[in-house]
Amino acid sequence: MRDDLQLISDWIPADASLLDLGCGDGTLLAHLQQHKQIRGYGLEINQDNLAACFEKGVNVLEQDLDEGLGNFQNHRFDYVVMTQALQAVLRPDQILNEMLRVGREAIITFPNFGHWRVRAYLGLKGRMPVSSALPYEWYNTPNIHLCTVQDFETHCRKSSIRILERQVINRRHHSGLLARLWPNLFGEIAIYRVTV
Amino acid sequence: MPQQIPDDAPWSAEDSVGLVEPKTLQFDTALELECGRTLTSYELVYETYGTLNSNASNAVLICHALSGHHHAAGYTSKSDKRPGWWDACIGPGKVIDTNRFFVVSLNNLGGCHGSTGPASINPQSGQPWGPDFPMMTVKDWVNSQARLADVLGISRWAAVIGGSMGGMQALQWSIDYPDRLSHAVVIAAAPKLSAQNIAFNEVARQSILTDPNFHGGRYYLHDTYPRQGLILARMVGHITYLSDDAMRMKFGRDLRAGRFHFGFDVEFQVESYLRHQGEVFSRNFDANTYLLMTKALDYFDPAREFDNSLETALAKPECKFLVMSFTSDWRFAPERSREIVNGLVHAGRDVSYAEIDTPKGHDAFLLDIPEYTKLFGAYMHRVANEVEAGSHA
Repeated sequence: MRDDLQLISDWIPADASLLDLGCGDGTLLAHLQQHKQIRGYGLEINQDNLAACFEKGVNVLEQDLDEGLGNFQNHRFDYVVMTQALQAVLRPDQILNEMLRVGREAIITFPNFGHWRVRAYLGLKGRMPVSSALPYEWYNTPNIHLCTVQDFETHCRKSSIRILERQVINRRHHSGLLARLWPNLFGEIAIYRVTV
Repeated sequence: MPQQIPDDAPWSAEDSVGLVEPKTLQFDTALELECGRTLTSYELVYETYGTLNSNASNAVLICHALSGHHHAAGYTSKSDKRPGWWDACIGPGKVIDTNRFFVVSLNNLGGCHGSTGPASINPQSGQPWGPDFPMMTVKDWVNSQARLADVLGISRWAAVIGGSMGGMQALQWSIDYPDRLSHAVVIAAAPKLSAQNIAFNEVARQSILTDPNFHGGRYYLHDTYPRQGLILARMVGHITYLSDDAMRMKFGRDLRAGRFHFGFDVEFQVESYLRHQGEVFSRNFDANTYLLMTKALDYFDPAREFDNSLETALAKPECKFLVMSFTSDWRFAPERSREIVNGLVHAGRDVSYAEIDTPKGHDAFLLDIPEYTKLFGAYMHRVANEVEAGSHA
């Protein structure tokens, strides 16, 4: 399992209820179902991923995140998780609000656009950064709302969203000393647990 | 070089269940119906495909739609050119894999393909039931299907599966017999009919009821049947089974003779098609059954028993659900399936949902559409795995 998913699953207590936005092939849900008896649903639009979830026995609903979460009641879930999708939705601020409406807490991961390598790429080459965390060209990228660790935290402050926990990891998915000291410069992937 | 085309008969194809024979079961325990009346005895005709395993855990029930019947897969004779109505999905290696599942498919009560219905003889009068046949509901069908399961020694279905009206039966099963199924597969269905749905059904019924050959439903005694009414009913129904896009692609504004005749004979291909569909249907379907089945559809509303709360109704099921819809279906549009899904999510049930992107309309559930086959197949694969893991445990 991906390290960021491992980290997230460590944060989620047994028997919790969970909504996983953009759940992919259902790896996280399957893992949590098996090891922590969580109950939950994934939302996904890719049909190969849907089929993979069906095979795994993970509840998955075909639903586009850009159409909102209006079909879920307030505080229906203990946790709403969104891994590596915040930067790809039409309105990250709105989906964040929705996550905190239907869940008690939200767990979010995104690629940090403030990482030194990204800055160097843009600064030295003068071109839109392409890396293992951001493997697309400017014209075909699904990542339309990239942000930095600082951007995200500023937004949380302005929106009265409380950050309960933060982890930043590098591309080897380790949380090194540099990344802990200067997350906006040395973290490649940011993982947050937030609430209102 | 001349090519040798193998002359394989369709019934002998590797992925066909082959030649099938219907069986009939007589039931002599009275069945209490939702309308307050009782059927003292009745017959159900059904087919089975595949083999029931030793602990009877691999059985799936197929519930048919409005004009369906027990013959869902395979061929009835070697000269039969058309397979059963859901042959696209049922067979060895297919979505509902008969190498792994024991498939049961019946003709519902009130039907006209062998199970007791309006054309059957009423034992009390010695004449066909006709309009005196009791009104059936989806709940009644599910009760009769549960009795069939009892006789076949199936205490719990691995899955109850159906499209359209069949999906409604699967949903009703999950509410009424929560401990007798592990999965419910509800395809292109709705939690209840809309006013527009009922309106279309009413047009179909009126076309039958006002046909001079209807004779108040006792046309059997006059050696006739409301042919024109049935044709019209089917024509209007058929329009709702296809999407606007599907009709445009299939017929467009194509003319049969290539020019206008300035008359009311068949000119456009779509007219010819609809008349043909109606014609074929009128020869093979009983008018009283059509009336009865459309009413059963209109009455379907499982939430009604639970203060009109679908969420409360859906707190009853214990099974897992697969709900599927088709983007161009306007008879039971994706929004209608999402009502079911949302009800299940609110009730905390296990549910998965897929919305298949296709221009094929409501009828898509009968077809072999790659995305549909893949997703439905993946789900059934998992159901079969669960069955096999359970029976070896």
